[in-house]
Amino acid sequence: MCTVDRVIGTDASAPMAIDYFTRMGGTRLSDPAGVIFALDHYAPPSSPKTAALHEQVRTFARLHGAELHDVGDGISHQIVLELGKVLPGDLVIGADSHTVTCGALNVFAVGVGSSDLAAAMITGQAWLRVPESIKVVLTGTRPQGLSAKDAALALVAAVGPEGANYQTLEFDGPALAAFPLHDRLVFSNMAVETGAKAAIFPADAATLEYLDGRTREKLTPVGADRGARYAREIGIDISTLSPRVALPHSPDNVVKVEEVLGTPVDMIFLGTCTGGRVRDFHEALGVLERAGGRIAPGVQLVVTPASREVHLRLLEDGTIRKLAAMGAIITTPGCGACCGTSGAIPADGMNVLSTANRNFKARMGNATASIYLASPASCAAAAATGRITDPRSIPGQGER
Amino acid sequence: MTIALEGRARRLGDNINTDYIIASTRKRDTLDESVLKRYLLETVDPSFAASVRPRDLVVAGRNFGCGSAMEVAATVIVAAGIKGVLARSFSRTFYRNAINNGLVPIECETADIREGDRLEIQLGGPVVTVADTSTGQTVTGTAVTGIMLEILESGGLVPYLRRAGRFHV
Repeated sequence: MCTVDRVIGTDASAPMAIDYFTRMGGTRLSDPAGVIFALDHYAPPSSPKTAALHEQVRTFARLHGAELHDVGDGISHQIVLELGKVLPGDLVIGADSHTVTCGALNVFAVGVGSSDLAAAMITGQAWLRVPESIKVVLTGTRPQGLSAKDAALALVAAVGPEGANYQTLEFDGPALAAFPLHDRLVFSNMAVETGAKAAIFPADAATLEYLDGRTREKLTPVGADRGARYAREIGIDISTLSPRVALPHSPDNVVKVEEVLGTPVDMIFLGTCTGGRVRDFHEALGVLERAGGRIAPGVQLVVTPASREVHLRLLEDGTIRKLAAMGAIITTPGCGACCGTSGAIPADGMNVLSTANRNFKARMGNATASIYLASPASCAAAAATGRITDPRSIPGQGER
Repeated sequence: MTIALEGRARRLGDNINTDYIIASTRKRDTLDESVLKRYLLETVDPSFAASVRPRDLVVAGRNFGCGSAMEVAATVIVAAGIKGVLARSFSRTFYRNAINNGLVPIECETADIREGDRLEIQLGGPVVTVADTSTGQTVTGTAVTGIMLEILESGGLVPYLRRAGRFHV
């Protein structure tokens, strides 16, 4: 049995959790300050039904004193990271599989369903089987222009869609220092596509740098015991990595970008809890500008910041203005088009290149669309050319 | 206490993710499982939902229920009248959601079970047995134990917590 530090729900999971809460006989939250809801999946609501779900969550949060982040604030696990609501050493459950993203900040963050969320709201507890750990050892030198997404896709392909099922990934190795926190979030985020229960990075200088100004609490990071035993060890020499693309319809269906060069694309989606942070849009804008500063005719570029904080930063530094001037569609911060619940839906037969984490058939709301996953740089290169393009072929590429 | 199930096998393949079980876009429109069950597994087989009979058993390959943790993927299967899911392996979030809703998840070798086979399942003891009376083969599966079995025997997490008021481990 575990006492949980934070319980996180979204508009896609909290309404059902509230229903379970009532049916379980819940009358009050065990720890109102530890319960956080974010309205991120249906942002903004596109129907009376989804608007009603939002009202249900707002009313419950008001009644019980839970923290609510309304439409436009952003994706639940992005918000809690930005606001210092999850800290190293915390145990966090979230009714969203990508809650594991928080593992980048040395948080044991695990995805659950709505009933487990409700039970934790009532009892403050969750039962968890202690998982075995897989040690992921990153070595080598980071090649110029290698995006964390490329490395994360390579990891998902190496581990497979259930290779880490019931297990935790623990990241380690001398190349960790090459990945600042915004990059680590990409690894932890994608880890759930291997079935991982959690995906934890050690707390180090990158962790402290991220937390600077976000919390004043005393930190209690966790690390592996000396001599800890692992179920297995996976070594990744990042020197050998290069841009990767996940082909339809599975995130582990990964190839080198060279193998799909020239594939025509109709829609580019920059956003999500994988690729919707400030650095991702800077990376994308840099590629677009070097490629001529325009979007290829007939290509839709959809831009969805992961949070309001990200959106504001991009407004202040001019990134959003430049992308909009090129013809990008800028949508409300949140999950956006990722799972077809808000934002742009691809038309029949469209090819989509996306910075998201999942490309299951029908994922974006149209079963005839084909979704490819890649880094922000690869997505931007394709936006500029209308075809899947090696971002390293864009002159001046290499900054990150 | 022993849980016994019998029913007709409905074959599915590997890596059936929760979006395939029920699309997020359907869940956006309603959370009413009696409506959602019409769209059960529509991305995999549009004719599946209409062909489900009460007490059918889903029989899948590896990694059933991967992807999103959305619980409606378990409750829509329950609403369709399906009492158990057999798979060579499950994603952990689907497994939990199944247990919490009284849907029996059985981890066992499923390669030799064919569409339409009659299955008889016993669990609660040290092993789970799955007898395929159509082929005469019996396989054993991973036992459901501890708190998972207690929740399952209660009929799910709602009746478990209503009765106990809190977790007992």
